[in-house]
Amino acid sequence: MQKLLLTIDKMSTFVGQSFSWLIVALTFFITWEVFSRYMLDAPHPYAYDVMIQMYGTLFMMAGAYTLAKNGHVRGDVLYGFFPSRLQAGLDLTLYLLFFIPGVVAFVWAGYNYAAESWIINEHSNVTADGPPIYPFKTIIPIAGAFILMQGIVEIIRCVICLKQGEWPSRAEDVQEVDVDKLKNMVHVRDEDIAKLDAYVVKQAGSDK
Amino acid sequence: MRKEVWFGLSIMAAVVIMVFVLMPAPSQMTNGHLGLLMLALIVVGIMLGFPTAFTLMGMGVFFGWIAYRSVNPALANQQILDLMVQRAYSVMSNDVLIAIPLFVFMGYLVERAALIDRLFKSLHLATVRIPGALAVATIVTCAIFATATGIVGAVVTLMGLLAFPAMLKAGYNTKVAAGAITAGGCLGILIPPSVLLIVYGAVAGVSVVKLYAGAFGPGFMLAALYVGYVIVLAKLRPDLMPPLPASERVVALPSYAQQLAARGNNALTGLWHGLTGGGVAGVRKSTLLGQFFVTLLPALFIVAMLGATWQLATKPEAVIDMTGVVEAGGGVVEDVKEESGGLLSQDGGGLQEPPAEGLQEPPVEGAKQSSAPVAAETVKPEIVVKAAPVPVATPERTATPLWLWITLGICTAGLALLYWLWSWVRLEVFKMLLTSFFPLAMLILAVLGSIVFGLATPTEAAAVGAFGGCILAAAYRFNTHLREASGPNFGATAWTTVKDLGGIVKESSFLTAKTSAMVCWLFVGSSIFSASFALLGGQELINQWVLSLDMTPLQFMILAQIIIFLLGWPLEWTEIIVIFMPIFIPLLPHFGIDPLFFGLLVALNLQTAFLSPPVAMAAFYLKGVAPKHVTLNQIFLGMMPFMVIQVIALVLLYTFPGIGLWLPQTLYK
Repeated sequence: MQKLLLTIDKMSTFVGQSFSWLIVALTFFITWEVFSRYMLDAPHPYAYDVMIQMYGTLFMMAGAYTLAKNGHVRGDVLYGFFPSRLQAGLDLTLYLLFFIPGVVAFVWAGYNYAAESWIINEHSNVTADGPPIYPFKTIIPIAGAFILMQGIVEIIRCVICLKQGEWPSRAEDVQEVDVDKLKNMVHVRDEDIAKLDAYVVKQAGSDK
Repeated sequence: MRKEVWFGLSIMAAVVIMVFVLMPAPSQMTNGHLGLLMLALIVVGIMLGFPTAFTLMGMGVFFGWIAYRSVNPALANQQILDLMVQRAYSVMSNDVLIAIPLFVFMGYLVERAALIDRLFKSLHLATVRIPGALAVATIVTCAIFATATGIVGAVVTLMGLLAFPAMLKAGYNTKVAAGAITAGGCLGILIPPSVLLIVYGAVAGVSVVKLYAGAFGPGFMLAALYVGYVIVLAKLRPDLMPPLPASERVVALPSYAQQLAARGNNALTGLWHGLTGGGVAGVRKSTLLGQFFVTLLPALFIVAMLGATWQLATKPEAVIDMTGVVEAGGGVVEDVKEESGGLLSQDGGGLQEPPAEGLQEPPVEGAKQSSAPVAAETVKPEIVVKAAPVPVATPERTATPLWLWITLGICTAGLALLYWLWSWVRLEVFKMLLTSFFPLAMLILAVLGSIVFGLATPTEAAAVGAFGGCILAAAYRFNTHLREASGPNFGATAWTTVKDLGGIVKESSFLTAKTSAMVCWLFVGSSIFSASFALLGGQELINQWVLSLDMTPLQFMILAQIIIFLLGWPLEWTEIIVIFMPIFIPLLPHFGIDPLFFGLLVALNLQTAFLSPPVAMAAFYLKGVAPKHVTLNQIFLGMMPFMVIQVIALVLLYTFPGIGLWLPQTLYK
């Protein structure tokens, strides 16, 4: 079971990480466009549409990846204090109550929305002769489906946690604040920090 | 279970029970009441700790369906699906939110450029004479670095690793040290380019450009208040922040500087004599010339800035073909450059000025050859401006405005003072700043300047900024590797740098994807939610209720800020802005409050959200890297004075709205 969960995690991660390269492409694309417009005096009419589509695709496709890494913002004032079983119970209830109906509706709606766009062969109307939009709209159901799949994995995780009393493990990933890496970057070692304790203790002593 | 849990659960239960007691009987319930119920439930839902984006989405869909069903049950299913997908698509094609991933990407790149230790060291040496020097340097470093990265956690952790040990070793009080780091680290969400302001702009429909221009004033005011507080405290209570021992202040001078320093303390004259007077034994002339050029950089910069300002301020009204003049001027530039021994070379900005001057006022050449370069540098702008009213064969320029003369006077005096004080030690410190502080400052200023002055959209500026961050990271890594390498092996160093940079870009883009997905999915959820809320008429009910209270604008403002302050206690800023701002914003016109001004107040207010216990993120990040005898309570106590300063800043901004609104009003009349 754990193997299956991790496999789906890996898939969401792979998809999310592949699409996250779009940010690099987006950066270079806009930089080039700015250069081309101001320096070469050659703006591209499709630039705006391409930018928007890159951005939209980026964050939509990263949704499942973020869910797999437990990265969606949650109000953890109380949640953090809860024992694991209560956390899992609450999560399970809310996944079934909000997540599943919401996301299923989202995928279904997105599917129809994209299908209509394909039928009328929709193109962007920002500029005359804009690029096609239907692939972009197709992202909605696809991203929704990935999120749904990841959500089911999370539900299974909740069940496992309810049974075992502790959360099953997740795969490692880049951290926003990776203390060890940051320590490495500024060449600080744990011993150095431990040595500092002397100063704090000394100060506390002199206060009294 | 622990006490806190029961406490929290009982609060939630109280909310739910209160809602049910206050609600009218189901038979009399209107849709508006359902809207309020929805709002109460979302508060509980968020507190339960479920990913907020999906709570909002699920609840929005459910209540939206009820709203549609009450009108026409047959169409309800289709309508709610349409609403949902259209809302999602509008977030996907939002041209304001697109700047978020780009700014976030820039932040991660700058964070990983590994320049913060140099930045802190050089700022520390630069501020060494100020009371509480280390704390001042910490706050300034935090402000700059947090502005560029915008990631509170990373800034606080890094400063906790760098500045905290330095301050403790210097005998600083633990609380003061902790307060300076945590308060400074949070400045990044206020000072532009901050993601918070983009999200607010997207929610409130306020131009991000105006928000950025407006947030400058309050941001710098807050930073200045922090620094002012630390300096005053250090003056009054030297035992909290003892001055550094002399051994810590010494700046090592390179050998040529030591030789020259023996002859005189002023670096400018010393270098000049070294250059003209036949050189110094064992020192290459190119070294001296390089140092001399570095010394002149501030002067060149100010001349360039003044020249550009003059160009703009006295721009002729009519558009006239100037190409010939420019070309003629260009020829003169070459001459001037050769004569002045490459002084002006490499400085693109400086080059704009000389053409006009060379053409119109031959005496400049004479001034340039005078033996004292100080005179040449300071006199030059004056001549430039004097030349203005008597153009030869150029269109009539408008008269130089008085303020420009005043600026010129101040700049000249400042430069004279600067060069008078320009000792060898200061030259070394300046060089350190040049490699750490100025590149970052230039990156930020270039990004913000192009946005605020309307040269680029926030999106474009963000992309170019991210590109700049990439180059910055590459440059710093290359430099570090080159230093670590045994010999001058450029090929191998370049290769390691490229490998390094690949890793940095990869990590940064993964993190960017996660952060933008977090913010934007929250946006998707909340726009579905607020649409349903409006459909049910909850918004209207709240509007009526608030208006029936018959408050003055001041009362409303204070109430709103207090609510936001309280919300900042349990929630993160993303949730506050995305979920609760749509409720406040429609009320603003009733009270005649500018949404731009309100946004600035909110941004300033949310600074406190990061510092208020018990969920203050900043404190936990610092605790994570502090020695184990530093308690959370000490950190919280240290943050308190800074929270008071934030409230003072809030009051100041409200009393003098000009602090925030002057810049946008002047720029975008």
